[in-house]
Amino acid sequence: MSTPAGGALAALTAGQRERLAALAREAAFPAGARIFEEGEPADRFWVVLEGRAALDVSVPGGPRPVVETLGPGDLLGWSWFFPPYVWHLGAVADGPLRVREFDAAAVRVVCDEDPVLGYALARAVGGVVAHRLKATRMRLLDLYGPRPGGGAP
Amino acid sequence: MTAPAAAVRGSAAVPLPYRVVRRDEETADTVTLALEPAGEGLEPFRPGQFAMVYAFGRGEVPVSVSGVERGGSGGRRGERLLHTVRAVGAVSAGLHGLRPGDGVGVRGPYGTGWEPAAAEGGDVLVVAGGLGLAPLRPLVRELLARPERYGRRSVLLGARTPADLLYREQVRAWSAAEGLLVGAAVDRPGPGWDGDVGTVVALLGRARFHPPDTAAFVCGPEVMMRATARELVHRGVPAHRIRVSLERTMHCGTGHCGHCQLGPVLLCRDGPVLGWDRAGPLLGVREL
Amino acid sequence: MAATDGADGAVIGTGGLAALVRLLRERGRTVVGPTVRDGAVVLAELESADELPYGWGVELEAGRYRLRRRADGAAFAHSAGPQSWKTFLYPQRVRRWSADRGPDGALAVAAEPEPAVSYAFLGVRPCDLRAIAVQDRVLTGGRYADPDYRGRRAGAFLVAVECTEPGATCFCASMGSGPGAGPGYDLALTEVVDADGHRFLARPGTDEGAEILAALPRLPADGGATAQAARTAVAGAADRMGRSMPPVDLRALLRGTLEADRWDDVAARCLTCGNCTMVCPTCFCTAPEDVTDLTGDHAERWRVWDSCFDLEFSHLAGGPVRSSGRSRYRQWLTHKLGTWHDQFGSSGCVGCGRCIVWCPVGIDITEEVHALHAEARGGCGAGGCGCGAAEDGAAEVGAGGVGAGGPGAAPGTGP
Repeated sequence: MSTPAGGALAALTAGQRERLAALAREAAFPAGARIFEEGEPADRFWVVLEGRAALDVSVPGGPRPVVETLGPGDLLGWSWFFPPYVWHLGAVADGPLRVREFDAAAVRVVCDEDPVLGYALARAVGGVVAHRLKATRMRLLDLYGPRPGGGAP
Repeated sequence: MTAPAAAVRGSAAVPLPYRVVRRDEETADTVTLALEPAGEGLEPFRPGQFAMVYAFGRGEVPVSVSGVERGGSGGRRGERLLHTVRAVGAVSAGLHGLRPGDGVGVRGPYGTGWEPAAAEGGDVLVVAGGLGLAPLRPLVRELLARPERYGRRSVLLGARTPADLLYREQVRAWSAAEGLLVGAAVDRPGPGWDGDVGTVVALLGRARFHPPDTAAFVCGPEVMMRATARELVHRGVPAHRIRVSLERTMHCGTGHCGHCQLGPVLLCRDGPVLGWDRAGPLLGVREL
Repeated sequence: MAATDGADGAVIGTGGLAALVRLLRERGRTVVGPTVRDGAVVLAELESADELPYGWGVELEAGRYRLRRRADGAAFAHSAGPQSWKTFLYPQRVRRWSADRGPDGALAVAAEPEPAVSYAFLGVRPCDLRAIAVQDRVLTGGRYADPDYRGRRAGAFLVAVECTEPGATCFCASMGSGPGAGPGYDLALTEVVDADGHRFLARPGTDEGAEILAALPRLPADGGATAQAARTAVAGAADRMGRSMPPVDLRALLRGTLEADRWDDVAARCLTCGNCTMVCPTCFCTAPEDVTDLTGDHAERWRVWDSCFDLEFSHLAGGPVRSSGRSRYRQWLTHKLGTWHDQFGSSGCVGCGRCIVWCPVGIDITEEVHALHAEARGGCGAGGCGCGAAEDGAAEVGAGGVGAGGPGAAPGTGP
């Protein structure tokens, strides 16, 4: 056992992963390539194999702030799983990026046909969202801000 | 009762005079001071232990040793202590404002250390948030100096912004070291930042380790340590193999003033480094 | 030791007591003992035994202390007063070191010399004798010794006086620290006042105690009658304690009741004034105080008593860890009776009852612990918390939960 093992979809059974794999292909993005953009239809999702993706936001009059980065094993994109299936952030390849790319519409159909797989995937995606929510809340605390941290200060 | 204090000269109640020989600005409010004994020096510090550092006329604060250097004069007498200090209160602001040549008083070494010997033979994770890297730096040095003793080694750092990362030059050098994974995540990236954005906890997903045989050394704000330790336990790292460095008010360092109590623990004596099997339940009681 | 002392010790009269004070003073000791001042029996330097509170007793209750006249003229028929011996062994304010800054910025630090004071404490009650042993362990029993305490303590000659007249707030019997004197004294006295007169059974605990005792005038041998009367009086005192702790493992009880509702109840009454910590004979917490003179180049470090009831006590950069009164009272009580065992190998409570008497709102530590015990019993009938609530009597431990280091049955309480 070693972490990350199977990454975001590790909780699925081998059979379930195989079923999803049939709906996926390997893909690569060159450094700086935009993977998706806020407001576009969320028709695909990715699991990062190698490299890093940055989630960013478009703001007027300045560079796009990066709110989070994702690395190997991470699920890139969850808006495809929930209506209205529209990206709420943008994503860009932060350096050369190798991914497994899934056809979101096809996966949703499989989930509807196979509720056991659908439930397993819902738990996996929900887990990722919960994890990111926790991390975001931690960052809201601004732990390293004016209040000091550390053992003996 | 054994006759104690006499055997540990200079470490009990009275500080020994040291002199600032170098002052390195780390971030906007944090400096690393290199201190050299003016006469006799203190006993050697183990990684993770702390000293009480006295700013003349202002008072003392507990400060972990963030490194040791051989001084010019050689021997114990010349051994320099590095202390990384953030200006947050009257005393630490006083220390922050010191210049080379200024005198300070130092007592120690106090408390428990990281004790990396227990980690030998397994994978090692060092997880630091903000200033928490300071007490961990001597441990990272140990991991770099004796790679053959450990399995896969990862150093994961979290900070508010890239400018708040401590020891940036050294961290870059660590990244180049063979077999050492170094990851850094900031809450707010700036232009030119090539690391991660997010929490240091998220970086755990990048590190390679075999949880049952992994030893983790964690230091940072308490909330960050709690989140990190819980995630590690969830991933299968045994609680007693997760060591955290805790912070409570400390005035004496010798277990006499009573301020650093955390339930049954006197942190200056039984800590600051504790296993999560002990620390976790205590931190779970509000206002303990 | 004179051969006639036998196993029962020697018998001295009030004249012998006066001679004891004279002799200790002649030997260069500062004799400190109880005396009446400002409406209380206080501890102060004595020039002669005449200053002892002959004929004074006390009435104690939660939040109440009153002197009262006694008909029998007894000198030690009063229980704990507002001070304890820590006033002398661990003074409220002590200089630890001085630092001078030279023109080149270099520091010179001078340790305060260990005090050369040579005390004789006359009238150390068994609870306070235990308290001194507890502070010995805290302040000199670990890796580091407190040099100031060590200096004062090393030279102190302890004359214990056993308790025959417990107060309404006393509970030393349930803490295993009285009413008979435990180890640690140089000389132990038991006061007997009856139809046969006013006298003291005296027993040495050290060579120096034996040497002093040998030099005192004796009363004629009475065939062990005084010794018998003394034993009866001390044994009787054990049955007349005004308060008691529940006979369970207090350490386990407190470990299991950190979130009890009772803490809210007591917090609603507690003023967090810290009186209990000031009068407690074992409370040892201190804070540093740094001062400089007008030149700015001479600084001193002082140590002053501090209290865990002070909001600043647990201050971190973000604020105090224990901001509620509830958490501060809980810290004090759980430390005293529970986590003290973990930290120093014994209970921190000796059952003297001072914290009950001097609480301005009359909070009673024994009542609070009984309430916690009752709540635990109601809440965990299965006994899962280990507090012994389920087994109650069956879970009784020797000496009321006093752990290692606590001598259970003290000498002097025998038949």
